[in-house]
Amino acid sequence: MELLDGNLELKEVHKLQGHTDRVWSLAWNPATTAADVPAVFASCSGDKTVRIWEQSPSTRSWDCKAVLEETHTRTVRSCAWSPSGKLLATASFDATTAIWENVGGDFECVSTLEGHENEVKSVCWNASGSLLATCGRDKTVWIWEVMPGNEFECLQVLQGHTQDVKMVQWHPTMDILFSCSYDNTVKVWWSEDADGDWSCVQTLGESSNGHSSTVWSLSFNAKGDKLVTCSDDLTLKIWEADIIRMQSGDGYASWNHLCTLSGYHDRTVFSVHWSRDGIIASGAADDAVRLFVESKDGLMNGPSYQLLFKKEKAHDMDINSVQWCPGEKRLLASASDDATIKLWELATLP
Amino acid sequence: MVSGLINANPVVYEKKERRLRNVATLPDEYVVEPIDQQEIFDHIRDIKDPEHPYSLEELKVITEDAIEVDDERSYVRVTFTPTVEHCSMATVIGLCLRVKLMRSLPSRYKMDIRVAPGTHATEAAVNKQLNDKERVAAALENPNLLDMVDECLAPSYG
Repeated sequence: MELLDGNLELKEVHKLQGHTDRVWSLAWNPATTAADVPAVFASCSGDKTVRIWEQSPSTRSWDCKAVLEETHTRTVRSCAWSPSGKLLATASFDATTAIWENVGGDFECVSTLEGHENEVKSVCWNASGSLLATCGRDKTVWIWEVMPGNEFECLQVLQGHTQDVKMVQWHPTMDILFSCSYDNTVKVWWSEDADGDWSCVQTLGESSNGHSSTVWSLSFNAKGDKLVTCSDDLTLKIWEADIIRMQSGDGYASWNHLCTLSGYHDRTVFSVHWSRDGIIASGAADDAVRLFVESKDGLMNGPSYQLLFKKEKAHDMDINSVQWCPGEKRLLASASDDATIKLWELATLP
Repeated sequence: MVSGLINANPVVYEKKERRLRNVATLPDEYVVEPIDQQEIFDHIRDIKDPEHPYSLEELKVITEDAIEVDDERSYVRVTFTPTVEHCSMATVIGLCLRVKLMRSLPSRYKMDIRVAPGTHATEAAVNKQLNDKERVAAALENPNLLDMVDECLAPSYG
């Protein structure tokens, strides 16, 4: 990658204030990646609100277009846009997941998903937008079917984790669900036939070169054949699967540990996100943002990854979420305990 | 004697004398004094035990020596010693320590709270829970738990 040859800078281009408590998570609207549509993302916070941010096409400045409040009664932990960008799902410690629809610029809560016993910690749509997954403190993962008229029906409650489930994430092209947990494992959930039951087909645990403490987050590369996970054990791990085989219908192909990135982080790694052009960003409790890329040198002993750039003191406090903008530009958003969101441009110095 | 308390008869120790913090020979009000062990100890010594009318200092749950602080790196680690090995109050005590320091120290501070090695039956589980900030955040949104913490942190005049 040509990035390795240049002098890079992660330039802070905007700092967005408005939340009054820690910002837990943020999500770019996937429908706003076209050049002629203003970029939009949502952020959620310990202040019990969700904020919608939009970039002005003329001034390039970011404005808070809406504050979604008085629906969740506790921390809003996670938010996710449907693939069409028309619906926003928000998961809260109040045990509910809310579905919001943008109606002429106003966001209306059109559905509330109840069922988890207590804190819901993460929500995610599958690639086609037909399924939703949630997870929480009650150690369960729920799969919901999206029905006409903003109805959501629980298809299955998946049990298997022995502690609270921190995050759920669908594979970018196939209906395979991944969950990571306080029990130090990542579980893979799959249904062999389209109408069948989902079951845990693989557990990535310490005995399979997995993490030795809470797994906080995971992210896929653009092709969907690699996966990166991050943990309280201060490492990132890269996993790989024969996704072509799965796509051709030859059954489940298991994920194998490829390498571990250790010695880089000083405190818990809360968030990791793989950009479309192959840059892994991490956000951690040491207030730093780090970028990693596959290294050219390691090919003899299999692929390896190296630190591309480290931004110390990216925020004044812990970084809870890093998310690359899905558009063309190398734009990264970060959310922090310091109640701010920052936007960063990765630029090559002349 | 039958008692519902986890530790019905704790040993109570004498409080340490309160020292004045070192005053420079030429006081200069513009010099920022670094946060030290003693200052951290003063923040947490008077926290009330959740079960007894004694402070954590009086029960030797915390001592000044069990505080490691590095002001330059904005880092503090407090190691506390539950009065009994099976103390079910250990997580509440840890939560009290975390909340008190969160409210007292500058936000730049990173904090680790843990039980002293070998002093608790479920040491690893207690440590993991106390240092998972999502769990701590959820706990502090629980009104009953927050009341309990606030009661332990209420100013005492002992």
